[in-house]
Amino acid sequence: MPPRIAQIRLVSSHPQVYAPCDDSFALVDALLADRSKLLDHHPSICMEIGSGSGYVITSLAIILGSGSKNAHYFATDMNPHATKVTRETLEAHGVHAELLTTNIASGLEKRLSGMVDLMVINPPYVPTPEDEVGGSGLSAAWAGGENGRSVIDKILPVADNLLSEKGLLYMLFLAENDPLQICLQMRDKGYGAKIIVQRSTEEETLHVIKFWRDPDIQIEGNEAVVSGGKTAPQRGLDFLRSQISRLSFRETRQQR
Amino acid sequence: MRLLTHNMLSSNIKGVINGFPLRIEADNVVVKQVDFNPDFLKNMFSKIDWKALAEASKIMGYPELPDETPDHSILDSDDFLQKFHHALLELHLEEGALVCPETGRRFPVNKGIPNMLLHEDEV
Ligand SMILES: C[S@@+](CC[C@H](N)C(=O)[O-])C[C@H]1O[C@@H](n2cnc3c(N)ncnc32)[C@H](O)[C@@H]1O
Repeated sequence: MPPRIAQIRLVSSHPQVYAPCDDSFALVDALLADRSKLLDHHPSICMEIGSGSGYVITSLAIILGSGSKNAHYFATDMNPHATKVTRETLEAHGVHAELLTTNIASGLEKRLSGMVDLMVINPPYVPTPEDEVGGSGLSAAWAGGENGRSVIDKILPVADNLLSEKGLLYMLFLAENDPLQICLQMRDKGYGAKIIVQRSTEEETLHVIKFWRDPDIQIEGNEAVVSGGKTAPQRGLDFLRSQISRLSFRETRQQR
Repeated sequence: MRLLTHNMLSSNIKGVINGFPLRIEADNVVVKQVDFNPDFLKNMFSKIDWKALAEASKIMGYPELPDETPDHSILDSDDFLQKFHHALLELHLEEGALVCPETGRRFPVNKGIPNMLLHEDEV
């Protein structure tokens, strides 16, 4: 049976490129968990921002595989070593993505606007001093500034611009990033949100959250209102709380 | 870099208004076969800037596309779709540059990867 995701021994590396880690695995696990939904979704253009070693975009191309011949892949990273390593990882697995060394998706934002059906992002999310963000060394792979939100908050509007009507976004967050607040903020832009993976390691609690454009959310002024009384922030909170408790429950059960 | 990407890429320098299409300087072009998928092509046809594609394809050594945007009905022609497919997905710019049409700034392309990073005074 062909491997279902990228093989670690075939993932290329470089001293200045982020190697696959728990966060990368959590994101790929979320994509695996949603595999059949993603296949039914028939994404035509898929994209990763910040591809690092290429582990995630390669895994995505393998997961969608021959079931989604229509799919074409783009991956960006601001680190030129990373885009090169991503190319090597893709080639080692016999899959292809178009690569671009750029800040977030700069250069694509005009013409690719509204065309991306599936986006996957494992951003730099670690809370650090602001001046560590975006440097040229390896630290730019994780340095996220205050609450780890500096780069995340720049990526989200770009994602909103690039996503198509049916566009889906799978993005990884740390508990310290305040994912709940991010979901509410996205709700105000008309997105539904759902936690696909929640995982605690000794050091960190990771969430992979899926966003989609929800036609039931009408944007009135600055506040999203969902038909049925409550404002979106309230609804979003109730919804997320229920998701979080359900997920923790499920994980506890599995451990037994 | 495929011409699909070239067709989606504009100069991102601050203040540039007409950053599309980037002019291609082709030092090394390679051809890689890709599965033919008419549905994808039909879907992309309306999103492609045809003149930019035809011109880029010429520079990459494949002058087989019509210069002017063809009528939608041409999508019934298998011969046309094959050529469109070849130009859009199978021609790769491995080494060369993309040049901003307004400022002349060169964005290098190495190992098939365009580098669109800007200098501080361009952001
Ligand atoms: C946490 S790593 C994830 C790498 C890989 N996707 C993975 O999951 O293993 C974040 C990546 O984003 C890249 N990155 C950071 N800031 C960026 C920006 N402004 N634009 C593009 N890429 C960025 C880093 O170079 C790094 O490769």
